[in-house]
Amino acid sequence: MDTAELKIYTRNLDLFYGDVQALKNISIDIEEKRVTALIGPSGCGKSTFLKTLNRMNDLIASVRIQGEVFFDNLNVYEQYDIVELRKRVGMVFQKPNPFPMSIYDNVAYGPRIHGVKSKSVLDEIVEKSLQNAALWDEVKDRLKQNAMGLSGGQQQRLCIARVLAVEPEVVLMDEPTSALDPISTLKIEDLIDELKEKYTIIIVTHNMQQAGRISDKTAFFLHGEIVEYDYTEKIFSKPSDKRTEDYITGRFG
Amino acid sequence: MVTRHFFDKELDDLHLDLIKMGSLVEESIENTILALKKQDVELARKIFKNDDVIDDMESKIERNCFNLIARQSPLAKDLRTISTALKIITDMERIADHSADIAEITIRMANEKYIKPLIDIPKMAELAKIMVNKSIDAYIRQDVELAQKVCDSDDEVDDLFHKIILELTNIMKNDPQTIEQATNFMFIAKYLERMADHATNISEWVVYNVTGEHEHLTRHMDHRDDRIHNPFIIDEDSEK
Repeated sequence: MDTAELKIYTRNLDLFYGDVQALKNISIDIEEKRVTALIGPSGCGKSTFLKTLNRMNDLIASVRIQGEVFFDNLNVYEQYDIVELRKRVGMVFQKPNPFPMSIYDNVAYGPRIHGVKSKSVLDEIVEKSLQNAALWDEVKDRLKQNAMGLSGGQQQRLCIARVLAVEPEVVLMDEPTSALDPISTLKIEDLIDELKEKYTIIIVTHNMQQAGRISDKTAFFLHGEIVEYDYTEKIFSKPSDKRTEDYITGRFG
Repeated sequence: MVTRHFFDKELDDLHLDLIKMGSLVEESIENTILALKKQDVELARKIFKNDDVIDDMESKIERNCFNLIARQSPLAKDLRTISTALKIITDMERIADHSADIAEITIRMANEKYIKPLIDIPKMAELAKIMVNKSIDAYIRQDVELAQKVCDSDDEVDDLFHKIILELTNIMKNDPQTIEQATNFMFIAKYLERMADHATNISEWVVYNVTGEHEHLTRHMDHRDDRIHNPFIIDEDSEK
């Protein structure tokens, strides 16, 4: 595929934590408005890789990165201001991490930082974001209540609303449902399916069935390398590499 | 909010595809009987074409089912629905195959005067067609009662089958000139009998889908003795 059509792509990406190489020569093309799942055993580098896409690894002193990451055809490490990059490439974490403030203020937080002051504009953003995160109906009558009082699943959808409020183009999700019960998990999965109409989504998941259910393409990581990257249908019915087959059928190691 | 609506949509699509395949199969039987009665070669040819479409639909539905199993980890009712779909498309496809088989014989006999007026064969065909229609209807409506009725009427088809075989045997005994055509009619009768069996299978899977129990709802015990005495009918135990 022509790189001009790709939302994100990496070329020969290596990442080291001190002397330990965590990512080896990762070159991957990620298409726009698709859900891409990253799977693999613990320590395989999938979360590390995810964090290279919006430079979350920059916070770690011992990290050294070689190779290139492109977002909208510009080099993430050379041609972006980090605040601008993270506005456009949002992230949802494993554990819901709402700020200890009201539901409304949680969602309005990002837009306020980026300079939105008008109450009516903020009201609109908050409603739209909560609706897009499929949370509006459950919280519209208690926007001023503290977000910490929401259930885990609601908190995670609030975090997604908080990301959506700054109108990103890409949403990175690092095991967004691993701390949630099955029903909340399925709600988030349905939400992801709706979000891909507008956003490019990259999700790290330990739950293979989840990758199967929600993603268009799946990348299998092992020991810091991508073993196989293909359409999810293909990966889950007829993977090309025996290591992928062993992993997804639970015959690994 | 509702969960898994994407999966539900795919299950709905699967259901619609099966209905579509079912109606093609029904059309195929309808045309088969008509072509045989009127010795209509053109119509018989059309059945072949239709059979390819049905085969393609079977492959498509099969692929969708495999994909759903691989990606959606279906459980309980969802698992039964997908398994049922996988099983009944095979029966539907076989029914359509038998339509094509009969159409082939129809073409072969197109220029011959039939050795006898067709009475019982169209009657049997009509019964088989009704069974297939009802089995597909039972699937669409997930109707256990209707499914059971289909299984019950299998005996009627079997009785007619035996009657036709005996009649044809007698015709052949009286006039060896008729052997070729009578054998063809025997095959047609056998194909129709198999169609009814496949309709029974479909119905049994409908019952499984609703209740979770898969049982053989027809028993041929009443006819067992007839079968032993009739050299033209293979004992069903020896088939397995």
